[in-house]
Amino acid sequence: MTEHAEPTAFAFDAESEAKITTVMAKYPAGKQASAVLPLLDLAQRQMGRATGSAWIPRVAMDVIAARLDMPPIRVYEVATFYLMFNMQPVGKYHLQLCTTTPCWLRGSDEVVAACRKATGIKGWKETSADGLFTMTEVECVGACVNAPILQVNDDFFEDMDAESTEALLAALKRGEYPKPGSVTGRQTSAPEGGPTTLTTLNFPSTSAGAE
Amino acid sequence: MLSDADRIFTNLYGIGDPGLTGARARGDWDGTKAIIARGREAIVEEMKASGLRGRGGAGFPTGLKWSFMPKAIGKLPHYLVVNADESEPGTCKDRDILRHDPHKLVEGCLLASFAMGAHAAYIYVRGEFYNEAVALQQAIDEAYEAGLIGPDACGSGWAFDCYLHRGAGAYICGEETALIESLEGKKGMPRLKPPFPAAMGLYGCPTTVNNVESIAVAPTILRRGAAWFTGLGRPNNAGTKLFCISGHVNKPCNVEEELGIPLKELIEKYAGGVRGGWDNLLAVIPGGASVPLINKATCDTMLMDFDSLRAVKSGLGTAAVIVMDKSTDVIKAIARLSQFYKHESCGQCTPCREGTGWMMRVMNRMVQGRATIEEIDTLEQVTRQIEGHTICALGDAAAWPIQGLIKNFRPMMEERIRAYKAGRSMPLAAE
Repeated sequence: MTEHAEPTAFAFDAESEAKITTVMAKYPAGKQASAVLPLLDLAQRQMGRATGSAWIPRVAMDVIAARLDMPPIRVYEVATFYLMFNMQPVGKYHLQLCTTTPCWLRGSDEVVAACRKATGIKGWKETSADGLFTMTEVECVGACVNAPILQVNDDFFEDMDAESTEALLAALKRGEYPKPGSVTGRQTSAPEGGPTTLTTLNFPSTSAGAE
Repeated sequence: MLSDADRIFTNLYGIGDPGLTGARARGDWDGTKAIIARGREAIVEEMKASGLRGRGGAGFPTGLKWSFMPKAIGKLPHYLVVNADESEPGTCKDRDILRHDPHKLVEGCLLASFAMGAHAAYIYVRGEFYNEAVALQQAIDEAYEAGLIGPDACGSGWAFDCYLHRGAGAYICGEETALIESLEGKKGMPRLKPPFPAAMGLYGCPTTVNNVESIAVAPTILRRGAAWFTGLGRPNNAGTKLFCISGHVNKPCNVEEELGIPLKELIEKYAGGVRGGWDNLLAVIPGGASVPLINKATCDTMLMDFDSLRAVKSGLGTAAVIVMDKSTDVIKAIARLSQFYKHESCGQCTPCREGTGWMMRVMNRMVQGRATIEEIDTLEQVTRQIEGHTICALGDAAAWPIQGLIKNFRPMMEERIRAYKAGRSMPLAAE
């Protein structure tokens, strides 16, 4: 953990407020505490938009507690229980590296090493000197047939190796954002070389909406 | 080999349009109103007759689970909660349903909810599946717009609301009562059972929690009939299943096949075979990280269904097949799983909270061989003391991979200990 400054004020902006209205309508009257995860997520995203670093300051948790009529400690304990909430500032690109067995078997060590080399980050949960990258070790992200996975913010980059990791990070440094998904270009979770099942069906196929 | 005509997830790879137009072309939302018109009892009976066993890991009969909900709707509303917190290492099947075939899930939610007297369903999607949640929300919005769900779902007169709720990174929330706690806005800590969710679940109301795949196959079963479904698979292991084949295979992939398919056929036909050929196989974890691994000799003749895998003291789990070839340091592969469980223990029960950390530390020494032979027995005994002594099954899940390792690879563990003692260096990865 590094020292960081906590802002003294936080208020949801118009974009967040619009989403909060939708969120709150999902839960029955008196059960507004159910909205605590979505509101923490909205606060983190808003911080990302406003400051370039998607994290949750303590004052934002207090705002959420007041909004949901919960004791602040209930919000703190939820925020610290779930891994996706960042309790300290992170880089613009949050590199979440899965190293659980299915990714490890496919070479996640290589991906980790390539990230360290490209960013200069030594430990976990640390941010690069230029503020661009934070590296976090995560557990299985649930895309194991496309292992190893490097998750950047919300997106999965799949079928990674050292070379593709270097290329991805170089692109991010240049301000580009490559298309997420399999870097080998294969069709999602189908085997390399194309599907061997579902080949005899003839449904109307459109590219719209397909990945 | 299963023919494409009998496959349920016809847009598994996302080649077609996941939206309503594409879904309708693939047969979704066809005659939904007529299915509802059959009535609650008839739907539950059809699901029971289909023999569908829960696709989330435990394999409990889905129709039977639905029948546990109160017959009459009392003062408290009923809820369906769909478990899309897919986090079992090796498993990535629900992800494809959410992003490529979301209408099957939404339609399934309507039918299951109607069958259980629920007017609302919550789909709890793991937080990391952000893009998948966007795809699912689009499907929900489309279904509302088309009147397929809402105040008069499909013109059936049944009011039904479907809500998406995103998690935020906690494996334990895949446990049904932890998921309910999380949905209520709390830490994901499992509840003691009884009371079971069917009596007292979400907000204290009657609730059924089902896996994504179990719900998403329901509309097809109800359309094509229980007899069609039981005609696939093996007795007591009916139907088709999504398999995720990862690890040391030439072409890792997801595929839908019949339950009971031989493991060797599954790997060779669909995943391009084991790297270096079948004889280069060391072991397979057949059902996600929580089930004990099986060695090559067992793999040779293994059938992939609930009962066959149970007979060899492993399990089908989520049907996530993790393949390890002979280059694998299998002790390290299991030690990494011990780290996983240590990280994901919610900390509520002492045997799990303390035990997962203890097992991880001992396993890390076993990787190096920095242990004594007797400690293998101690480790085995400790796993037995954790197993069955915790509120939820995470303790069991942490114990079983180690038990599987000791059962199948004890000589390798002993050899490593002797080598360390003798000062011989072991090949260790850098991390």
